[in-house]
Order: sequence, then C-alpha cells, then structure tokens
Amino acid sequence: MIRVRPPFPSPFSPPPLSPPLVPPSSPSSLSPSLWRLQPTFASCQRPLAEECPASSALQRRRLWRSRWWRRWRRRLWPSSGSCQGQPAGSLGGPPASRGAVPRGSMAMNYNAKDEVDGGPPCAPGGTAKTRRPDNTAFKQQRLPAWQPILTAGTVLPIFFIIGLIFIPIGIGIFVTSNNIREIEIDYTGTEPSSPCNKCLSPDVTPCICTINFTLEKSFEGNVFMYYGLSNFYQNHRRYVKSRDDSQLNGDSSALLNPSKECEPYRRNEDKPIAPCGAIANSMFNDTLELFLIGNDSYPVPITLKKKGIAWWTDKNVKFRNPPGGDNLEERFKGTTKPVNWLKPVYMLDSDPDNNGFINEDFIVWMRTAALPTFRKLYRLIERKSDLHPTLPAGRYSLNITYNYPVHYFDGRKRMILSTISWMGGKNPFLGIAYIAVGSISFLLGVVLLVINHKYRNSSNTADITI
Amino acid sequence: MGSLAQREGLQDDEDKNSAFTWEVQANNRAYNAQFKEKVFLCWRKKKYKTNVIRTAKYNFFSFLPLNLYEQLHRVSNLYFLLIIILQSIPDISTLPWFSLGAPMVCLLFIRATRDLVDDIGRHKSDRAINNRPCQILMGKSFKRKKWRDLCVGDVVCLHKDNIVPADMLLLASTEPSSLCYVETVDIDGETNLKFRQALMVTHKELTSVKKMASFQGTVTCEAPNSRMHRFVGCLEWNDEKYSLDIGNLLLRGCRIRNTDTCYGMVIYAGFDTKIMKNCGKIHLKRTKLDLLMNKLVVVIFISVVLICLVLAFSFGFSVREFKDQHYYLSGLHGSSVAAESFFIFWGFLILLSVTIPMSMFILSEFIYLGNSVFINWDVQMYYQPQDVPAKARSTSLNDHLGQVEYIFSDKTGTLTQNILTFNKCCINGRIYGPDSEARTRPKENPYLWNKFADGKLLFRNAALLHLVRSNRDAAVREFWRLLAICHTVMVRESSDQLLYQAASPDEGALVTAARNFGYVFLSRTQDTITIVELGEERVYQVLAIMDFNSMRKRMSVLVRKPEGTICLYTKGADTVIFERLHSRGATEFATEAALAAFAQETLRTLCLAYREVAEDIYDDWQQRHQEASLLLQNRAQALQQVYNELEQNLKLLGATAIEDRLQDGVPETIKCLKKSNIKIWVLTGDKQETAVNVGFACELLSDNMLILEEKEITRILETYWESNNNFLTKKSLSQVKLALVINGDFLDKLLVSLRKEPRALVQNVNVDEAWQEPGQSRRDFLYARRLSLLCRRFGLSLAALPAEDPAEDSGARHRSEVLQERAFVDLASNCQAVICCRVTPKQKALMVALVKKYHQVVTLAIGDGANDVNMIKTADVGVGLAGQEGMQAVQNSDFVLGQFCFLQRLLLVHGRWSYVRICKFLRYFFYKTMASMMVQIWFACYNGFTAQPLYEGWFLALFNLLYSTLPVLYIGLFEQDVSAEQSLEQPELYLAGQKDELFNYWVFVQAVAHGVATSLVNFFMTLWISRDTAGPASFSDHQSFAVVVALSSLLSITMEVILIIKYWTVLCVVTVLLSLGFYAIMTTITQSFWLFRVSPKTFPFLYADLSVLSSPSILLVVLLSVSINTCPVLALRVIFPALKKLLAKEEKVEEGPSEDLFAVEPLPHLYRESRARRSSYAFSHREGYADLITQGTILRRGPGVSSDIASESIDPSDEVASSSPKESHWHLRKMSFLGRKKRQSQGQVSSLEVQHLPTTSSSFSMDRQSAFHSENQLAVPRYVLTSTSRLSGSFWEQLPRVQERPLSPKQRPPSEKLLLTKERSCSHQEKPPLHRESQLSSSESQPQPLGSQSLLSGQLTLESQPDSSEEKSAFLKPSTPLWKSWQKEPLTPKEGTVPLPDKTHKSQVETLPPSLEEPSTSTSEQPMEVEPWPAEKQSSSSMEWLLVPGEEQPSLPPDEQSLPSAEVTKGQQ
Repeated sequence: MIRVRPPFPSPFSPPPLSPPLVPPSSPSSLSPSLWRLQPTFASCQRPLAEECPASSALQRRRLWRSRWWRRWRRRLWPSSGSCQGQPAGSLGGPPASRGAVPRGSMAMNYNAKDEVDGGPPCAPGGTAKTRRPDNTAFKQQRLPAWQPILTAGTVLPIFFIIGLIFIPIGIGIFVTSNNIREIEIDYTGTEPSSPCNKCLSPDVTPCICTINFTLEKSFEGNVFMYYGLSNFYQNHRRYVKSRDDSQLNGDSSALLNPSKECEPYRRNEDKPIAPCGAIANSMFNDTLELFLIGNDSYPVPITLKKKGIAWWTDKNVKFRNPPGGDNLEERFKGTTKPVNWLKPVYMLDSDPDNNGFINEDFIVWMRTAALPTFRKLYRLIERKSDLHPTLPAGRYSLNITYNYPVHYFDGRKRMILSTISWMGGKNPFLGIAYIAVGSISFLLGVVLLVINHKYRNSSNTADITI
Repeated sequence: MGSLAQREGLQDDEDKNSAFTWEVQANNRAYNAQFKEKVFLCWRKKKYKTNVIRTAKYNFFSFLPLNLYEQLHRVSNLYFLLIIILQSIPDISTLPWFSLGAPMVCLLFIRATRDLVDDIGRHKSDRAINNRPCQILMGKSFKRKKWRDLCVGDVVCLHKDNIVPADMLLLASTEPSSLCYVETVDIDGETNLKFRQALMVTHKELTSVKKMASFQGTVTCEAPNSRMHRFVGCLEWNDEKYSLDIGNLLLRGCRIRNTDTCYGMVIYAGFDTKIMKNCGKIHLKRTKLDLLMNKLVVVIFISVVLICLVLAFSFGFSVREFKDQHYYLSGLHGSSVAAESFFIFWGFLILLSVTIPMSMFILSEFIYLGNSVFINWDVQMYYQPQDVPAKARSTSLNDHLGQVEYIFSDKTGTLTQNILTFNKCCINGRIYGPDSEARTRPKENPYLWNKFADGKLLFRNAALLHLVRSNRDAAVREFWRLLAICHTVMVRESSDQLLYQAASPDEGALVTAARNFGYVFLSRTQDTITIVELGEERVYQVLAIMDFNSMRKRMSVLVRKPEGTICLYTKGADTVIFERLHSRGATEFATEAALAAFAQETLRTLCLAYREVAEDIYDDWQQRHQEASLLLQNRAQALQQVYNELEQNLKLLGATAIEDRLQDGVPETIKCLKKSNIKIWVLTGDKQETAVNVGFACELLSDNMLILEEKEITRILETYWESNNNFLTKKSLSQVKLALVINGDFLDKLLVSLRKEPRALVQNVNVDEAWQEPGQSRRDFLYARRLSLLCRRFGLSLAALPAEDPAEDSGARHRSEVLQERAFVDLASNCQAVICCRVTPKQKALMVALVKKYHQVVTLAIGDGANDVNMIKTADVGVGLAGQEGMQAVQNSDFVLGQFCFLQRLLLVHGRWSYVRICKFLRYFFYKTMASMMVQIWFACYNGFTAQPLYEGWFLALFNLLYSTLPVLYIGLFEQDVSAEQSLEQPELYLAGQKDELFNYWVFVQAVAHGVATSLVNFFMTLWISRDTAGPASFSDHQSFAVVVALSSLLSITMEVILIIKYWTVLCVVTVLLSLGFYAIMTTITQSFWLFRVSPKTFPFLYADLSVLSSPSILLVVLLSVSINTCPVLALRVIFPALKKLLAKEEKVEEGPSEDLFAVEPLPHLYRESRARRSSYAFSHREGYADLITQGTILRRGPGVSSDIASESIDPSDEVASSSPKESHWHLRKMSFLGRKKRQSQGQVSSLEVQHLPTTSSSFSMDRQSAFHSENQLAVPRYVLTSTSRLSGSFWEQLPRVQERPLSPKQRPPSEKLLLTKERSCSHQEKPPLHRESQLSSSESQPQPLGSQSLLSGQLTLESQPDSSEEKSAFLKPSTPLWKSWQKEPLTPKEGTVPLPDKTHKSQVETLPPSLEEPSTSTSEQPMEVEPWPAEKQSSSSMEWLLVPGEEQPSLPPDEQSLPSAEVTKGQQ
C-alpha cells in the first residue's frame, strides 16, 4: 500500500510501479521488515541484530519476533540476555528492505554514536551512581517504527482501489434506488382546487376530504406509508427540550409531576398533562385511509398496519406506560390530555399494546426530526402473498380526516407511499454521490500516475513532507 | 547578575539596605525576639525569621482553594468557568452541563494533580531540610536539635562535612587561627575550597563551651540582602567593636570541609539567608508558537462572538415567525424578540464555546513536558567525563529550539575547554616555547628531579629547565618566584600531594608551572608564603596583597624576602603593566612583540613585573594603606588608589602564555549549524586577536571571508544611514562572505539608544520598511583599498539618497539612532560570522536584545560563566554549559548541556522534533476542533437559529477528552518526520523552523479551512442523503442524524491523524485503537438503558448508535463522508510536493550557473594581519581572594608536607646568613640581561643567535636585537603547542647532556667570554660581588634612546631590506603608537601571501626545516619579519641541531651536576 521509507535515504528512491526498481520487500506492507528497526538500539542489543543476516522473509519475521521478545525480556529482567561485545561497526542493522541503503552510512552512524557514548556497551543502566540516562529504545526515541512516505506512486493504488470499489457500489445503490416505487401526494389543501381546501378553515370539524390518485405501476413487496411535513421545526431547541422522558418511560412520579422542561405544556387546569410538553402537544393527528378503487365503484380499503413502525428500542425500552392495573385509563388517572389533543393518551388506539405512551404513532412523533422537512412512517402495508402485488396499479383514493393545520406556517402535508429495499427508501443521491466519488478518485489516480511518471524522472530523494 | 532591569533594581536595593538595621545578640533569644516589624496596620510580627523553610505553596487545607484560585487565574479557564455559569441559566442553556463541565473538571483535576505532586515533593524536601540535625548551644551545653529549631543569635556547633544551616558568623574553629574551610558547590558551583576565618578576638576568647555560653556579643549589620559576596557589619563585644565582612561569614548551604569543628553564631536565618534571598523567581520565557497559539485562540474567540452575533440576528428574524405562525412553538416564546435574541446570543456562545480548544493548552503542556523529558533522557547528550546529562530546565521552550536563527556563544569555556595549560613564556624578552614535537614523548619526566612536581605539566622546554636549574639568571629566578608568590591560590595536601585550589584556572596553571619548574608554592599563612625554590625553602613575609579586580586588571603581592628586602610582584594585563613600567627598553619591546605573537596563537597572556621597594617608601605607604583599609566608606576606591601608588616604576620580567583548548567537535558543530542557516555570533570578553583566532580555529571564520572592522562598518553604516537606503539587501550581500569583528567600545558608540533606554529592549520599533530605491553610487567610498573592494561588491546597490526632510527635527535624532542600529543589525545579520570582543556581560545581553528587537527571530545564547548569565536570560533560549566556571550560567539557563557540540543534537534533533511535533499538534488540533464543531453552525441554519446542539452531550464532553486526544498526544510526543541521524545529516531541514513554515497564520487558515470543509462534507452529505426520507433504514430523526455526523467526524479526523503521523509505532496503533475503542465503549455506556433509567434527561440517546449503525446503508453514508474528506486531502498532499519539487528543479536548472559565479571567485584575505597586535588581559579571575588570604590566617601545613620540608629545610640561621643586602638584588636584576645573553651563547640553545654572534660588532646590542627579533617572530603556530606532548623520549634523555655542550671557542666573542666567566662566577657563588655588578650596571644603565639606537644600528647592519628604513624611522621615536605601527605594517604584505597559518603552516613545516638546518649566515641575514613563522623554524632547527650532534654526548660539566649540592653548601656558608 504505502512504501516504507528506508531509514536512511538512499540517493535515489526507487519509483514504485516500476518493477525492476522496486525493492523486493516493498509490496508486503505488513511484513515486519517494514518496521524501521533503528540500528542504534540499546547497545546490548547489538549482537542480536547481528545474529542473522538473513535474507528470506520468513527468517526475517522470526528474527523480528525474537528481537521483540528479547527486548522485552531484557527490559523486564535486565540481567538476562548475553552480551558479547562485538565491534559496533559491523552492525548490519535490519537486513530487510535495505538493499539500496548504503551500509556504510549506517555503520558510521553507529560508530559515531558509540564514540559519543563511550560507555560500557553492556550496561544499559550504567552503574548505579552515574546520571547516565538509560539507553532504551523508548527513552532514546528509537522505537521500531514504520515510516510511510506519501508519494504519488504509493498513494495512487489507493485511489484506483477506491474508484473500483465505489463506482460499483454507487451503481448498485442507484439502480436499487431507481427500482423503488414511490408516490407522493400533497394534501395540504392550500390550492383552491384541492379537495382539502375546505378543511383550511377551523370551523369545519371534523373535516374529511378525499384525494384520488393513480398508481401507474404496481408496488411490490412491503409498502410504507409516510406522512411528510414541511417547514415544521421539530428541531427547534425549546421544542426538542419540551418533553419528559421520565414520564414517557412510565415513571409514576413524573407522570403526575412532569419536568419543568415541559412548560408551558406541563399542566392544564391544575392537572398534569400526560404526555407533557410541546412535542406531544403538537402531535400529528390526521387520519389517513387508503382505498383501492377497483373496476367497480366500491372502494376496497387497504389494510394499514399500525404496529412495527417505531424503533424496537423505543417501543420496548424507552416508552412505557405507567405502572398499574390493566386498565390504562386507571393508570393515567390524575392526568389530563394535552391541550391540542382531541382524545386522552389512553384512547389513542384500541389495541392495548399500542395504546398510551407505547402508541407507535406517538413514539414516531416523539422521535423528533432533524430537519424542518421530514417524513414520518405512518403505516405499513404488508405484502399478502407472493402472487399479488401489494398495491396493484390502479386508482386509489386517500381519505383524510383533516385535523392538523399547517397552512399557518406555510407548511405542507404529504402522504407518501413507497416500497423499500435493503438500503431503505428511495434515495438517488447516495448512489450518485458514490459514483461521483468513485469517478473522481479514479481521475485522481490517473493524475497521480502522470505525476508519478514525471516525478520519477525528476528527483528521487525521499522528500520530507509534513 | 540579573537582567538589565533587575540590575537596576538591585542597585536601588543595595542603597536601601546599606543601613545597619540588623542587630543580633548572641545567646539571647529573648532580646532578639523583641524586634518586631510592622506588617499590616497594627499587626506586627517578629523581625527575625526562624530557620524553618517553607517553599511549598499549599498545605492540606489551602490546597483546594488556592489551587483553584490559581488555575482560574488563567484566562482560558476563567472563560470556561463563565461559560459554565452561563450554562446553568436555563434560558440560554444550550448544552447539557456535562458537555463543558466534564472536560473542565478533568482539566482542572489533571493540573491540580500535577501541582499536588510538585508540592508534595516540595513538602518532602522542606521537611528533610528543616529536620536536618544540628547542635545548638542551649544553656550550658550543645544539644542535638534540628535546623528548624535554630533562631537568630544561637551559637551552633558544626562538624566536618556538615552543611551550614544558616548564615552564621564564624566564632571559632579547631583549626589554627580559627580558620574554617568551606565548599560552596551548592551556592556557586565552585568546587574549590574556600576558607573563612573567625575574628581574632573570638578565636582567642571563645575556647570552651562555657565561654561560648557566656558570649554576649552583638552583631550589627545590614539587613538581609541577596549579595552573596558582600557583607558589612560589626561585632560589639565587651565594649569594643570589630568589623566583620564576608570572610567571617559561613553562608547557609556551604559545606564544612577539612575542619573538625567550628562554632558560629546565627545572623540570618531561614528566608533571610543570602542563599534564600537569591532564589529569585524563574523568569518565564514564552515561545513564538505559544504566543501565536494564544493569539489564535483570541482570534477564534472573536470569530465565535461574531458568528454568534450573526446567528442571534438571524434568530431575531425567524423568531417573529415562530411566534406568529408556528403555533406549536408560540407557547415556547414568551418574551420579546430582543430579549429572545439576546438570550440566544449567549446560547450560541455556550454552544460554540466548544470550538475554542480548551484542552489544547493542557495538552501542549504535557507535550512540552514530554519533549523535555526526552531531552533529559538522551544518552547521546550525556557527557561522561563530568557525568552531566543534558537537562531541560525550562519545559516550555522546546519548540523554540527548532526555530533558532542566531546563536550567541561565549568563547571561554563554551567553544574552548577552559582547561588552561601553561604553554609559553617570555622571560626577559626571550621566548620559551615548548620543545619541538618531533620527538616522541619522553619516558622520563624531566621534572622528576623536583619532588614536588606533579609531573602533569605538558610544557617541556629543556633549555628553560636547564636555565632554571642552573639558577644563574636572576630574571628567570624572579620570573618563577613571582609566579610562585603572586597569586591567591590555596594549597591543600592529600595523600602527600600538594593540591592547588585556584580561584581561576589561569592562576592554577601558572602556579603549577612554577611548581614543576622548581618554584614550589608550599603553603601560606595570613602573612607569609612559603615556597621551595629549587629545593630551598624560603619564607616570604606577605606585607600586602593587592587584589585583582576588573578595573585594575592586575594583582600584586608585596613581600619581604627572607633577605629582608621588600619586593612588589605584579602580574596583570599587558596594557596596565606597560603603563607602569619604569623604563622601556629592548626587553619591553621584545616582550610586547612576544605578547603579540602569543595573542596570535590564541594564547592567554599575562605580563609579569616586579619592583623593589625601599624601606622608607614602604613605611610611608603602609601607613596610608592602613588608613585606607580602615575606612568605612569608599574603602575599595581608597585602597585601589593606595595600591596604584605602589604599582609604579615596575620592571618587566616577562610574560606568560596559557593555552585555551577548543572543546571536542566544536568546528564540526559550527559547520553543521551554519549549514542549517543558524548564524553564530561569538560574544566574548576576551581580546580581539584571541577571539578571531578562536573564530578561525573553529571554522567560524574562513579564509575567503571579507572581515569588516570598525572603520568599514562605520563607513557602511553611515552610507546606509545617510542614504536611508536599504542597500544591504540580502541580494547584494549574499554574493560575498562577510564577517564582522567588533569590540565593546565600538558597540558602546554604536548602540546609543539601547544604552540610554533599556526599555527599548521590550518594545519593537517599527521602522518603515519602505526604503527608496538606489540612485547612484557614492564616490568617496573608493577612498581606501579595502573599501574599494567593498565598493566593488556593493557598488551597484550603493545609492545616494534622497535628501532627508529637515522638517522632522525632533524625531530625526532618535530616528537616526534607530536607523543606525537597525543598519548595524542588518549588516551584521548578513554576515557569515560576527565576533564581538571585549564585551561586557551587559553588552552581550544588549547584542542579543538588539537582534531580537530588529529581527523577530529566535535567539539562543550559550555560555558557561557568570558573565553569560545576562545574555542567557535575555535570549529566547538560554543554554548553560555545565563547565568549570561555576554553576551560575546553568542555574539561569533553560537548557543545560555538558558540551558545546551537543548543541547540534539539541537543536537539529530535539529542537526540530519538538517544533515539528508541536506544529503538527497545533495544526491538527485546530483542524480537529473545526472539523467536529463547525457542524453546530451549519445545523443552526436548519433549526431556525435556535442554538439546538447537534451532537449528543456526551459526545461533546468526551470528544476532546477521550475520543480524539490520544493520537494528538502521540503526535506531540513521539512524532518523527525523519530520524535523528537524518536530521543531523541534512541540516537544511532545520530551515523550516526558522521560517515558521510549519505553523503560522497561513497554516492556521489552512487548518481551519480544512476543518470547515470536513465539517461541511460531514453535515451536508448526511443532510442530503437523509433529507425527506424515512423508514427502517433512515436517519431523518435528530438522534440518528447526530450519530451519523458524529461518527463521520470522528472517523474523518482519525483518518486525518493516520495520514499525518509519519512515525508509526506500536504506541501509535494503540492510541488510535484506544480512541476508537473509547468511542465504542463510552457511547455504549452513555446510551445504555441503565443510565437512561437513572436519568433519562442526561442520557437521552438511548441505543441510538446501536439502532442506527446496525443498518448497512448508514454505514455506507459514513464511509462516503470519510472518503470524501480523506481522498482529496491525500491527493493534494501528494500532488503539491511533487509539483513543488518539479518547479524547484526547474528553477535550480535555471539558477545553477549564476550561483557558481560567485562561489568561484576567491577573495583575498585582507584583514587579519593588519590588525594591531596587542595582547591584553585574559585573566578570568575574580576579586576577593586576596582579602581572604590577608585577613584570614594562613592555611595550616599538612603534616606530610611540613615534615618533608622540615627534614629538608635549612636552618633559619642559614637563611638569614644567606640573605644579602637589598641592593644586591637590584644589581642582580640589572645583571639579568647579560646573564641571559651569556646563558644563551653558552647553552647554544638557538642556532640563530649563535650565527649572529660572529657578525656583530657589539655583542651587547646584538644580543638584544636578536632577542628582539626572535620575540617578534616567535609566532609559534598552534600545532607546536599540541605537539609538546609528543616530544620524543630520546630527546629528553639527551637533554641534560646536550644542554651542557660547551661552546666552540670560535663562536664565542671575547666580550662574551668575559661575561660568561662573570656569570659563571655569579652562579657559583650565588651572590656575586658587588663591584662586578656595578661595572656591568654602568653599561646597562644607559639612557633608553641610546639603547634603542644601538639596537637599531645593529639591525641596520643586519638587514638589507628596503623597509628597514621605515622601521628605523618608526623606531627612533619612542612613542607607542608608532611602535605599534612598526609592528603592524611590515607584516602586512607577507601574510597576504600566507593567509591562514592554520592551514598553511603544516606545509611550511615540511618545507622549511631542510633549509633551516643548513647553518648558513643567510638565515640570520634574512629579515625576520618576512618569515611569518620563524619561531617554528627556529625551534625545529634548534632541535635538529641539538639532536644531530647529540652523538658526541659530552659528559656533564661538573658544576651542573653538582648544582643542588652546591646550592646547599652555598646556603650553609
């Protein structure tokens, strides 16, 4: 991957990707030979380095291991380990990957150091009285190290590899995303022509409007039904804070005495609000129903599954109904419903497993969106059989019980039907991004190749880039 | 010496404290306790402190509040405290409390732990010190107590090797005259023994414990102060007053040596002691990067505030909408728009406070510490001989080491070893150098005849030794006698060896030389000095020691000889001695020439002179001396005046030369440092010649340099200043190698403004850089030869200036000074080398300050002595060498090294690494902070500017603590871009640090931009992908979004760190894995159900990571973001250097030939030889020792030595008998000329002189002349000095015989014969008959002009050279300047041909000897001045001459063999 810089720069650095000049060890990036075993280790270790002028990689690896072991052993039990005074100059240093390195220079360095030291070569700590620093690899900053140098030659394979990996991924995602069927129906009703236009005035309660639409192609597999809101600041700081997780987790004391964060949606008429806070108070409460309008004019209702739309952890861990008897109403006794709600929390659904705080619509709402435009999962349309598409092509009608006003703040309300794939809903951007990144990476690889070509001709000394 | 300001302060302090307000009564605690001083209002405390020392800052209770208080004093901490306080206000609280609180507490805790550990250490050492045992007189007996129990006025008993617990007045000791020896290593680092002495009265009276107990003396003295070497007070006892000074005082921290028991009375205790008063605060130096770091943090802070303002305004617009339209929010907005905006501003401030890198400071502290520890650990900077490892005393300057551009180096002890060896001497105008090195080292030590010789003297001169042993030449005798008498060396025996403890190494070398030559300084008492002269012990009565000081530049000893005559021996700088000479004759001239020659060889010189003092003069003087020494005020000046009166009419004896050796590896180090573009300036108090020669020796100067001196500099500066024209651009000057040699006086003239207002050191003067372009060159620049060359060099760029506006008058003067200074610094900085000679410590500091002022560069000062302290403190980095000159430099330095050559490693390896590390650290830290925290701002744009934090609170809290810290720390501590060896091999790498390349504003901007880009990518990638999606694998909700962005950020910065780390070790892998592991662990913990149950509000991200990251598509998003962040950076990192290199190469190809043009052209070496050769004072002596000796009683004699002497010494009666009338000595002195001449002719030491003899009509003048010539030419090259050690054994064996070779009658002129016989008779009888002397003296006592004329005539006969007439004219006038010019001029042309002695002399040696060996007269006729190195010729030839005929080996003359016995018999007569 990245070529190792020899510890002492050879006068010319062999250009990568040109086989004749690459040192034999360079491709094996993780071979121990790539660690810079600095020649000037503790003086005691000199004999070790000399033991084996091995050339084969296996031998080298063994040698390296044994060095490490002995080094540690020596550090742990300093007395162990033989120490034969050998001429310093003959130290070969790590034998690997040094083909081009002039040995002389290394030996010379070593000699010079020895002369400076002048100490006994076999006593790393010196005698007890001197203030001579310990000659250990760590203290002398000579830990065996791998010093990669980023040159065009070493880096360009990375770019090609990235390109080669990313482009297929991108294409895969893109194709997958394109295969996803999705239909979006805006039912805000601000346009006068919209069937829901009538519901804009607060006087009409309850207001039910119906929007008809046609699916050109059938939706295979599980279909997700979302509602989408725009310009709705669920990420407003005070809004986000305005909830009491203790209460939602079924804490009875918090139920009756919600956190102050919920202000001003904490109490209503001296009764604690359950669930308190602005988030709960502003819960989306339109009811959407989907009908397939077949050949006969009688619309067939599509079964919408209410459960399984929230995170498992939310439903089972984070949200809990307050403890108490079987009767949910009993458990919520002493609390009142949020101001904007039509029904109290224990009447959200008839299914006791989907009622109260663990009502999945409620849980989904309570998981605030990151951005002002967001979708939330509303219902699941499960595939019934492999033979029939979940939603066959045809005309459908969407029945909306219009409760939730968004036109005050120029918001939009949408209903989305979408199939899903392994990577979630329709998301063309990710695929395009991957393809783009892959292509750019490939391009960079080519540029680097050119540079490397020029670079090789120009100068060869290992440069130091910081 | 402190810095300038401190010095001034000190002087004020001195004035204030001179009042004698300190009163202490012995053995009377109650009395002493009554003194109180007002502290605060009416609260009073005891005036005298107890001996308890508390250096610890905190105690058990005060630690927490005090430490917190101290820590919160730091602005950054205070800021964060404020933020945390703000955070607790719910309205503006945007971050959970722990996000800022946890890091803050952590940082405070870490720092507090460090302080605590430090303080515990201090407590321990305090306790150890306070609990040291001591014996205090309680009631009637001494009781064992602890140091802490000591009070002022107590009488303390100390034993051998005890440490003095407080400043005490020495009362008595078991030594004779109550002397007490102390070692002051802990105080000033000097290892030599010093002695203190009790007052005579206490010595005599306090002889028992009982008497001690009843001792009621009262000491009145000055209030406690920090002057270590001064103390004035008086002891009042039994209604009598006795004056006290520092010699009576035992200072806290000294160690008692060689003294069994001594008793003292505590005067100052505890913090009042002088050593404690000296423990000043450490002057805090800050590095460029440190300052930049602070500035950048301020910049960040300001930008954060601005951003907050913008965001708050934006919020102001949106909040109205929220209130009116977003009904679900309107309930949350109660207050007015303005109030809301105001709150949101603070909210944003809190939110964005994480952008200010708080932990950077503490991390950088750790990094500095770690790098310092690595310096301490470096075994390659460990100096074995002295057991000195390198030490970083200051732990905050490491990166500065990597940016040094100027090194200011002391010479003595820094470049040189400060090991001084006696190398040469000039006695009576005749030079005795070491014998030729042609022979190998003799097996037998020639000094063995003298049983006191230490045998280590490397100086070997057989002729001189012979001369000394023959004891015939009075001048020689007096010369060595002077060396043995006139000094302040103390002697000590250990194992039957004399050990000299000298105040200065020079003195030690001189006395040791005298000792080896048979004049052994044996012992001294307060008023006597015992020396053994050639086996004969003589006791000189010391009448006065006139001490050295830097003003006097000399020291004298007035002694009464055993014969009864009074004699004044003086040694000192040539300038002061020559001023005081009785007469000026040939000897003086010859000596002066010798001095010049010595100076040329980097030898330290001293002139020796003596004078006989008549009894009546002495009596008169003694009286005045007495008066002066009793003065209470201005005593020093009065004494100096009195001294000066006596030190007149001296007779010159000769001069000594001491070699100062270079340290190991100095030239290589300097070469290497120069390669790394570090400019080395040598600032020395030494004389110019010596300094320049050391400059050449250590390759600071080289032959092809144009050396500029005062005149040229003034000229150039004038031009510069008048023209107001920046002609000294790098371009014009880089073409020629320049070197500056200036001395202190010149600096004084030049740097007026600095001298006037030392405050200017602080402020940087903004001189407008916009100088005008050149117009035309100045013509008068061509006025001199040297200047013409200069002009040729600068000519093109020289410019006449647009006339200056006369309007600005007031500022003009100051401006001109500033300009001149600036011009000087510009000029100097363009020179390859700058040498400043004879600079005072203050000037040293000024030079450093000047460079700092005008060139904002990093300066490093290195030195080893007390005179470098000022400079070391002024420079950005001060390096102290643990040398021989004491510890003061070390104690004030930032780094301590054992050797100068370690500087190379310190700078090029450790400095560079530190710089690289800290730069990378900073760059990465800023990047990291921006990359992770800028996201908050982008997110603000999407949440209605409501300051909603994006990240989970715990991520914020732990991000800087755990997730991203370790790799940064690794970079700071272990990163190496290149190995140590490579750093040393490629000094060019150091340039990056000097140019601030690795971290500056641009890099900062880059880092910030990079960080912003990363944050943008992370945020918007996530945003675009997640926008308007939902479903099982979506992350459109806030928590998922936060998790994805956080993970992307974390991985991006981790990738970045992986890319920038160049030194991959196991540790590095561990740090990276640990950080990521911490992320995994800590998120799991903080998002666990258990913690959620405990506090759902604190841990709201329940299982967020788990749920989000289990989906592969989200991982793909993270991967995408990381790749987008990493790939382009990686590509840029590779492409840019490659392109740069390509460009550089192209440029190189273009520029290549032009550079060569200048390199080829050699510059004639113009300057070096035309300098006035004045040797001068080079005596690294300190004053005060004489007082110790004269006031202290004398050192006792060691039993071994004294017994030796007793067995050998002659009866005192004999001594008296042998002493002759005073006059005889005077005549003897006058004889010296003749005697010497005779000796020369007799001994055949010099073939040269022998060859002279037949040709001279007047042997007298001839001898003078030849002596003169030889002195003039005795510029023995340096190698001779070193070669002494290699003298052959055979030569030494032969020496005695050879020396005694009788002269052939032919060579001996009749007159010589006569004199010879006379001299012989003299030597035989020791005291020659008076009448003979008078005859001779009549011829000798001709008036001076006559003498010189006769000399001249002799010269004229000899020299047929054209410029001899020139010399003659100069010669006829006795005035000194002309004499100088005579010396100077003739040499100029010749040395032009032989420019650099160092390099050329070797070849000369090879070529010269053959020609010299032929004993032709032509050699003598050759004008001596023509040959630059005749001395070498002479010495080598003489050796040859001695060796070749050595075969004859005539037997020793009987008189020489029997010399010692003869002396003894003489003495007995």
